[in-house]
Parts: sequence; C-alpha cells; structure tokens
Amino acid sequence: MSPNESRAASTVNRPVAEVFAFWHDVQNLPRFLEQLQSVRDLGAGRSRWRQTDGSGAEIEFDVELTAQEINERVAWRSREGSEIESSGEVTFTAAPGGRGTEVRAAVRRRAKGGGLAAAAAALLDADDNQQVRDDLRRFKQLLETGEVVRSEASPEGTSARNLASQRPAQPLPA
Amino acid sequence: MRANCWMGKQNVEVVDVPDPKILNSRDAIVKISSTAICGSDLHLYNGLVPTMKKGDVLGHEFMGEVVEVGERVGNLRVGDRVVVPFPIACGACQACERGQYSVCENSNPNAPLAEKLLGRSPSGIFGYSHMLGGYPGGQAEYARVPFADVGPIKIENGLPDESVLFLSDIFPTGYMGADMCDISPGDVVAVWGAGPVGQFAIASALLLGAEQVIAIDRFDYRLRIATERAGATHVINYEQTSTLEALEELTAGRGPDACIDAVGMEAHHHISALHAYDRIKQVTKAETDRPHALREAILACRNGGVVSVVGVYAGLVDKFPMGAVMNRSLRLRAGQCHVHRYLRPLLERIQGGEIDPSFVITHRMPLNDAPLGFDTFLNKEDGCLKVIMNP
Repeated sequence: MSPNESRAASTVNRPVAEVFAFWHDVQNLPRFLEQLQSVRDLGAGRSRWRQTDGSGAEIEFDVELTAQEINERVAWRSREGSEIESSGEVTFTAAPGGRGTEVRAAVRRRAKGGGLAAAAAALLDADDNQQVRDDLRRFKQLLETGEVVRSEASPEGTSARNLASQRPAQPLPA
Repeated sequence: MRANCWMGKQNVEVVDVPDPKILNSRDAIVKISSTAICGSDLHLYNGLVPTMKKGDVLGHEFMGEVVEVGERVGNLRVGDRVVVPFPIACGACQACERGQYSVCENSNPNAPLAEKLLGRSPSGIFGYSHMLGGYPGGQAEYARVPFADVGPIKIENGLPDESVLFLSDIFPTGYMGADMCDISPGDVVAVWGAGPVGQFAIASALLLGAEQVIAIDRFDYRLRIATERAGATHVINYEQTSTLEALEELTAGRGPDACIDAVGMEAHHHISALHAYDRIKQVTKAETDRPHALREAILACRNGGVVSVVGVYAGLVDKFPMGAVMNRSLRLRAGQCHVHRYLRPLLERIQGGEIDPSFVITHRMPLNDAPLGFDTFLNKEDGCLKVIMNP
C-alpha cells in the first residue's frame, strides 16, 4: 500500500449484479461518498466531480473510467491537470455461501504541488482508511435498507469526522 | 416535549426538548403511554458506560400509540398501539436474516465508536450511549422509532400496558437467558441476580422445562418475589451463605446444569476485599466491569454445562477463569437480546395466561419523577424492583 492509499472492505447482502450496477451509476456516488457534493455525467466514461476537501473548500475536477469489467471491477482516475490527483478501484466478488457481495475499495489521493499543501493533505489523509470505511458503510446501508441511516446525534449518518463533535441524543430543533 | 435526560454521573433531569420528527422513510413517531427504568440504565446513571453526552434522552423500554409514519412504513397506521423492541434492527442484513437482531449491521450510524471498544459494532439501541447510535430514548412523551416496519409489535387485544410493556426488553432478555441454556427436562438452573431480568430468567427457565431453579441475590425481598411470583424452587442469599457451597449442597456435588448471569458489570461480592479489588480497578478504568457473578457462575457450573450471560458488560473484565471454561467443557453463551425474535411467541404466552409480566412492578410514577425513580431503584429503597413511568 502506497503512503496515500486507503482501503476498506464490506459485505453487502445483495446480489453482485445489483451491487455493481449501483456503484457503476455515477449519479449514485454522492449518496454514499461523503466528500462528494455532486457528479455530472459527461458521457464516454467521463464525469465531473464537485467535492469538498478536508478544509471544507469546494473543488471541481474531471474523472475518467480507466477500467470496467461488468460485475467485477470499476477503476477511475482524475484527468491530467486536475487540482486533485485521485484514483481508485472497487472490486465486486460473490461472497461464500450466497451471502451477498464482497466489496473492496482502494482510493489514492494527492493534492497538487509540494510544501504546505501536500503536508496538509497528508495530515488530512491520516484517517482516510476510516473515510473509505464510512463510505462503504453508507453504501451498504443504501443497498440493504434503501437509505443512509440517521440518528439524532448523527443526523447526516455515519461520519467519523462528526463523531468527536456529536450533538446530544435529543430530537433535532424544529 | 418533556424528556428524562442524562446530565452526568448520578444526575438525570426531566427537561423540555424538541419533539422528534421523521428522519428516515421507515421511521414512525410514537406517543409514549408507558416507559420503564431498566437495570442497565443504572450503568449509565453510574457513569460506567463510555460515550454518554450531557443531554442524552434515556430509556429503551417503552410503548405507546403511533402518531406519524414515514412513507415506507406499510405495516403500521396512525392510532396503532405498539411495543417497541430496544435494539434497532433493519431486517435486511445478514445478522437480521439469521435472527440476530441485536447485532444488526446497519442500525448504528456511530459504528466506528463501537468498533474501537468492541472490535465490531452491535446494533443501535434507544437511549444507550453514542457508541450505540446516539438515538434519543423513550423516557419521554414521544420517540422516533427507526425501522418501524421491522421492530414494533402491535397490541390489538386490549391487554393493559403493564402486561405487555416488558416485551420491549426484560421479559425477552430473561427468556433468551434461559433459551440459550438449551434446557432439558430435569435440568437444574441457577440464576445470579433476582432483579427484573433475573425474575424473567427464572420464570422462563421453568416455562422451558427446568425442574429446579435457584435464585441468587443479596436482598430477601427480591428472593421472596423470585419464590412467590417467578417460581424459584430454591434461593440463596449470598450475604448469609456461600453461593458455591450452597450450590454444591443443593445439587449434591454436580453443579447446576446451566448458570445464568443476570447481574452484569456492577456485581457485588460478599467478601469485601474481593469487591474492593474490582471496584478500584473499575474506578481507575483498569477494568470497565466487575465480573463477580460471571466468575462464580463459571466456577459453579457442572462440567459440560452452559453459562448464559444476559447481564450487561461494556468492555473488559479481569481475572476471567478461562481455565475452568476450557478444561471443564463449558459452553459460554451471551448476547444483548434479539428481542424481535421473541416478541410474537412471548405475546402469545401472555395472551394464553402462562405468565403476566406485570408481577415485577413495584413502583409507578409520572415521568416528571424520573430522578426519584432512578434514585429509588439504584439504592433498592422501599422494596424497589421495577419502576414504570407514565408521561
């Protein structure tokens, strides 16, 4: 694993074809990738992603599919010249015993340039395994229950970033 | 609305909080008619469960009337009377499909917190810390019930609240404690703790065919209820006699076929030095739990028998007699209750007159008196066994 690679895995209790199709439809990505605000499908395996970085600033960049094997694998990377260098891969495997689909994700990210920006990015990347785990948890919830599960203390759903600053377990203000 | 909130160690307050609203499409809002204080709430009250926050609404035993349903709740209508199980379960993950609802894989949005302490996350639970979801509880006028299409059971035959409220937790929890013992006719079962869960473990062991059930506690009034109402055939007051010696005598040297721990992490010990050992380790966080009852249950159990744990443990225990478990072929069973699995069959037993769970109730009070209820229950004052409250 390279220094800025993050990995996580999850088993989703749905058939491989359904799990693959859900991830493959780029319109679904902002529903479970926490940092992603929106995705615009540009056709021909390209899409434009708008997301927030660790400091909350918004960045837009174009992404292209680099591999797709139906019901097995999706890989992508940011196009050359983007503000963020980002790539990733997700594989889908039938779990033993008919227990759904094993989903394994690996994501690599690097901010452009060196110095302070890169150092800050490395710091923010420190919990990136957790970020990918959280994203996969939301993905699993969407496929198994139909939506991201919310509690009053975590109204946006699973987010390691919000765990430290939870509101009390009280109904939300009207 | 009014709600009983955790404000710090041994401090709860009934305060005004916002009314709950639907957050997920499978939610329902329930107007609470009856709610209870659970023995496990005392662990929160004593500050022994990590990840509580000031202002958390407590309570995981409640029932009431459905006043609003999310768009994907097809089985409930406004006006339905329901009892709500304390674990929150989605009904669609592998754990739920296996009937292991209290380890639902989807209902805890704060799973990363639980994973730090427990390795993996169990289900979310109402009013039971942020590590278990950060869901407001049911010691309140209203509650939001997630996955309302999976959990709540409708009560349609006019049975009073007091007879069905405990389907939410303590009756199925005690029943599962006995169920995990795989009881055969003629079995002798010993139950540590004659609190509300212990009472239901005793009654359930008898329903499942045990011939003798031995209740162990330090309060005579609880042992009296165990005999007179739950049906215990023998009792041991461990402040007056040695539990291990008494069990040796009662079972003629065999040991009980099954031992149920209905005490959990805040056990007391009749030998004050041993109690002090674990109390000090607990206070200094060198161990989170005081496992006297569990140790004793393991040491007492017959060779090849079952030790069944339904008392709550939060983290780590010390001086665990693993040698006894291994060398004497003991089977250790444990779990937060998979309440959903037991709701229908236990409601049928109540309807059929086999048991009326209201026998454990000793105190009834308005929700506004929750601080008094916690204090009375904690200190075992006034013969307190179970407090129920009406908002």
